[in-house]
Amino acid sequence: MNRSPRRTLARRWEGAKKGWYKFSRNPLSVIGAAAVLLILFLLAFAPYVAPYPEHAGSFVNFREARQPPSWKHPFGTDTVGRDVLSRIFFAFRFSMAMGVVVLSLTVPVGVTLGLLAGYKKGTWIDTVIMRTTDIFVSVPPLVLALAVCSVLTPSVFNAMMAVSLMWWPWYCRLVYGIASSLRNEFFVQSAQVTGAGSPHVLFKEILPNCYAPILTKMSLDMAWVILIGSALSFVGLGAQPPTPDLGTMVADGGRYMPDQWWMTVFPAFAIMFVVLGFNLLGDGIRDMLAVEEV
Amino acid sequence: MRFLVFLARRLLHSVFVLLGLSILVFLIARVMPGDPARMALGPRAPDWAVEKFRESLHLDKPLYTQYYYWIRGALHGDFGKSIFTRRDVTTDIKEFFPATLELMLLCGAIMSSLGIFLGVASARYANRWPDNVVRVISYMGVVTPAFVFAILFLLLFGYVLDILPTAGRLSPSITRPPTITGLITLDSLIAGNFAAFFDAVKHLLMPAFALALGPMAQEARITRSSMTENLQRDFIALERSQAIPERKIMSKYLMKLSLIPTVSVLALDFAAQLGWAFLVELIFNWPGISRYGINVMLRKDLNAIVAVIMVIGLMFLIVNIIVDILVAWLDPRIRLGAERSK
Repeated sequence: MNRSPRRTLARRWEGAKKGWYKFSRNPLSVIGAAAVLLILFLLAFAPYVAPYPEHAGSFVNFREARQPPSWKHPFGTDTVGRDVLSRIFFAFRFSMAMGVVVLSLTVPVGVTLGLLAGYKKGTWIDTVIMRTTDIFVSVPPLVLALAVCSVLTPSVFNAMMAVSLMWWPWYCRLVYGIASSLRNEFFVQSAQVTGAGSPHVLFKEILPNCYAPILTKMSLDMAWVILIGSALSFVGLGAQPPTPDLGTMVADGGRYMPDQWWMTVFPAFAIMFVVLGFNLLGDGIRDMLAVEEV
Repeated sequence: MRFLVFLARRLLHSVFVLLGLSILVFLIARVMPGDPARMALGPRAPDWAVEKFRESLHLDKPLYTQYYYWIRGALHGDFGKSIFTRRDVTTDIKEFFPATLELMLLCGAIMSSLGIFLGVASARYANRWPDNVVRVISYMGVVTPAFVFAILFLLLFGYVLDILPTAGRLSPSITRPPTITGLITLDSLIAGNFAAFFDAVKHLLMPAFALALGPMAQEARITRSSMTENLQRDFIALERSQAIPERKIMSKYLMKLSLIPTVSVLALDFAAQLGWAFLVELIFNWPGISRYGINVMLRKDLNAIVAVIMVIGLMFLIVNIIVDILVAWLDPRIRLGAERSK
């Protein structure tokens, strides 16, 4: 077998080109990818692209307070005179951080437990792990996250921990299904008879077959985690002022409806934009990797 | 007979899940940093009073003893006292639960009927204009969270057009019909008070639609994809070749089969809406158990938090069992036990 690094690289490049071709067949996927890239760009360069970067913190300018949308402030200003558009750019940072932190904490845990339970199907390990996930999914994730946040001190960090605690069972269940159906396949058995230990079988034989659904679910989940995060902030149990957060902005602006509608409507649209971007991207990835359903 | 066994297993499983949930929630409530007794009595209460209160709550005992006392109370319908309302939590829940039930029932009715209707319509006219319209609606519905719908509705229908009331369950000018079921729409019909009925329905519309539109979009998408998929099956071609009218093929042979995935997802979506109801009830000042839940969470009112979550969990399980029965009715493979032998 010739596995020179140059040839694998060339093969990968071919694979990526094919993948992009499939992905770009659907204009909606490309729009989703573009939206996500735009959001990433805005949050990365927020201090440079935001018209008033200093408005991200506890800036106060009452002379400019409650201004309706204008050329100077395209999305208007809030009750203490901060530019809503600038704050939305900075709020993307916290939303994205929420998604990235939660998924990078929960995916490894959920996937490992799911692999283990699926591979050891029928044993006590399977029973303990899967029955525990049953309990976690018996209440909407938002409700349990709210409860965990409420007993802790409200902060972005605690909100992340609370959502992470609720999110792993979904990955566990996803991988469990695949692992339990693959455990009797020949390639797994051949690894077993050549003396491979459980860690090798789990992570080198079974796990590579789970990459596609995991990746698809992650890109779709980004949207949901960001939503749950903004919901926590909306209630006052997530990000605390003066941190700019989309959920907090919607909630604070809601008190000044209908006269100062821009304070709440634009952050609400921003949430929809983020969710739409990640949903379209996720759908595109699903079609590209030919994943049935996650 | 097999179906009864299936149902019995399902019920047993639910009891187990509920028990597990109670342990989980109990642990969440007890790992909290800080002293619940001190928080209940406030910072200025004397130490001896706090100590006595702690003993009366069994907080000085080990965790498993505390859990024993708590679950014993819970099984008798006693969840302790709420710090927030200073009443028994059970009384609070009895008062607030019907409002949420009424809201969720309407939400469930809207999302299942409209969702299935839109899905069938777009499958029937696949790739023609009704299909495209439904597709755009579904995308909007899927990406818009319930609380954003709620805010936009409030602005549009509540303030700009000013045609729907913005808060509560009844206008102050209307006298509430005598409470029988707790559902105001039903109570007012029983009392024959139509003014109250229409007023209650008007109050219900915005929160129910805000909650229902997201899952409705999801149902429409799933119904469409499962119907178009099943349309490719051989038996449909056979029926068409026998000149069975298209309408009859759709309603008699295709519908039941295609609704199986929709109904299964319905349960998950409905359950998720129980979570979003927390925000929607807050926005519309709806006096339900979710708004109560938020209030007690913001005040760290542990007894009430635990009880609210248990009630939500119970509602969720009941919905799941109902859906399992529905799916079993739709799908003879499950009803006749083929699933078990797999």
